[in-house]
Amino acid sequence: MILLVEQLLNGLQLGITLFLMSAGLTLVFGIMQVINLAHGSFYMIGAYVGATVAAATGSFILALAGALGAAGVAGMAVEILVLRQLYKRDHLDQVLATFGLIFFFNEMTRIIWGKQPLFMDIPTWLKGNIELLPGLIYPVYRLAVIVVGAVVALLLWYLFSRTRLGMQIRAGASNRDMVSALGVNIKLLYTLVFGLGTLLAGLAGVMAGPIFAVESGMGESILILTFVVIVIGGIGSVRGAVVGALLVGLVDTLGRAFLPTLFRTFLSSSYADSVGASLASMSIYIVMAAVLIWKPRGLFPSHH
Amino acid sequence: MKRLLMLLTAAAFVFSLQSAAAEPVKIGMITTLSTKAAYLGEDIRDGFQLAIDQEGGKLGGIDVELLVEDDGRKPEKAKQIAERYMKKDGVKIMTGIVFSNVAIAVVPKVVRDGVVYLSANAGPSKLAGKGCNENYFSVSYQNDNIDEVVGQFVNDSEHQSVYLIAPNYPAGKDHLAGFKRYFKKDISAEVYTQLGQSDYAAEIAAIRAAKPDAVFFFLPGGMGVSFIKQYAQAGLSEEIPLYGPAFSFDERLLKAVGPVALGVKNGSQWTHDLDNPANKQFVAAYIEKYGRTPTLYASQGYDTARLIGSALKAVQGNVDDLGAVKQALKKAEFDSVRGKFSFGTNQHPVQDLYIREVIKTDDGQYTNRTIQKVFENHVDAYAAECEM
Repeated sequence: MILLVEQLLNGLQLGITLFLMSAGLTLVFGIMQVINLAHGSFYMIGAYVGATVAAATGSFILALAGALGAAGVAGMAVEILVLRQLYKRDHLDQVLATFGLIFFFNEMTRIIWGKQPLFMDIPTWLKGNIELLPGLIYPVYRLAVIVVGAVVALLLWYLFSRTRLGMQIRAGASNRDMVSALGVNIKLLYTLVFGLGTLLAGLAGVMAGPIFAVESGMGESILILTFVVIVIGGIGSVRGAVVGALLVGLVDTLGRAFLPTLFRTFLSSSYADSVGASLASMSIYIVMAAVLIWKPRGLFPSHH
Repeated sequence: MKRLLMLLTAAAFVFSLQSAAAEPVKIGMITTLSTKAAYLGEDIRDGFQLAIDQEGGKLGGIDVELLVEDDGRKPEKAKQIAERYMKKDGVKIMTGIVFSNVAIAVVPKVVRDGVVYLSANAGPSKLAGKGCNENYFSVSYQNDNIDEVVGQFVNDSEHQSVYLIAPNYPAGKDHLAGFKRYFKKDISAEVYTQLGQSDYAAEIAAIRAAKPDAVFFFLPGGMGVSFIKQYAQAGLSEEIPLYGPAFSFDERLLKAVGPVALGVKNGSQWTHDLDNPANKQFVAAYIEKYGRTPTLYASQGYDTARLIGSALKAVQGNVDDLGAVKQALKKAEFDSVRGKFSFGTNQHPVQDLYIREVIKTDDGQYTNRTIQKVFENHVDAYAAECEM
């Protein structure tokens, strides 16, 4: 029972990290109609800059600020220099260009930071474990990640449904030319949206820094999961990203945690271990396939 | 008279050019210099290059030319490079492949075509047993060695049960099999994770619940970095000690995990603190040249180069007589940084294996310290299957 609760928390925490990644990606796709394969690179930039600032200053808050700034600025620069040329082209051109950006950013981190992974420690005030329930010991840092993710989800909801900027963004998504004719600077709006998306990826990256290996190419492994999330949630929907991310996080974690044990009840242990492990790594894709059969446009399709 | 002199000078010049051009022995290095694993190939190359530079462009007194190409960790690409080395450059000696799957794709083909291949890292069981070849030498180890030494060490310790964890792919199963070959007590569980996984929270929670006496993991590269960090953060390091092969504890990965890996014991065939003159000289020269502590990969590159040097010296640079080159290689008459070194019947090392521990030096760096020699003149498990 305790183990189940602990694994649920682990799933929730993975889901929150995925949400931060997929919120940005789905925003950019839903509003700007651009497929950005390089989204994982901004996650990597967040982690690298965060680790560097943390090592230099010893302050996690400064690392957070530096990472968010770097990822946001890099994102806006990419939007202005690369993506603006691609809005009128078809999706294949966008995929090729952003795929090229992955190589560019991976090599850039190798040139700047060297070939081995970087170290990033948990800040002392988030170190240690607390006992949530009798026998349930959980790292404080992972709880903090859950809280930050929940706060970001609330802020995003507020931004889109309660502010003027959010209204403009939604309007721009449904009719770009009309919004432009009404006097809204749509170019600037797109740059801001893209920057917001990459900033969220940078946030996910810097928070992942102390837990995961900070290394060149770290964005790709999470990028695949992120795409699964937005396909499940419905491309372009932030609400879908929340639900999809939590679903993927929970299914992946619980599958890894319990499938081998489940199989061991009726198979020999070595066979159960390998079948369980294989099935656990397939589980999220099975869920994705099931969702697509049931709802081909994802759980919460956006309007157009 | 003057014309004759000019002619003679010109002729001498042409001849000297020709002989100089024909002189250097080409060595083809195929290694991984890009992707996340780039630092492994970089260290093998730098170790190899150091041996050449120490002799002023020679190995064993013979001029050599080192060709280096990046395989990007891809078997197909490595095959193309090998093909080019053979056809275009006329290379007779190759080395450098980091990964076993790449080695399995390349080595059988090149040794069939009459190239001598010396492994500076990968030592897959496929090439050590039935698939052994008289043109193939492993200078590093047979893969299982590094796990066998930990298996024996943990078997001899007070731990009664061990929890095993590795990625779900052939090498993962091989490494756990190596551990189990010498660990005869209770296996608490054997868990296979997804290749490239970065979040191990679920597995760590399961370990906490299973309460084993120790954990043995084989998770190369970034997977190991993530696992070690999360294991320490979960507060398990103090309760359930962690053991692993040397791959997750080389001096460059320790930059990424140092504080959380402190005290972890791991198995290796070499450490920079081994007390022998060849090693002391190597470590000092490497640090001076590259400004970093050599990893085991660097030591393997260096040993490979010096072994080649010993053979080139014996045949006086004549690599056309491959039989003589192989005979000279087999004698392994060079000062290995591992102290003593010799080849077994399957041309894999017969060597001592050690347990070492991650420590913090006075200047705040993280490194390994040898604590115990576990195996003396250890022969790999596949040597008997090799018919040569």
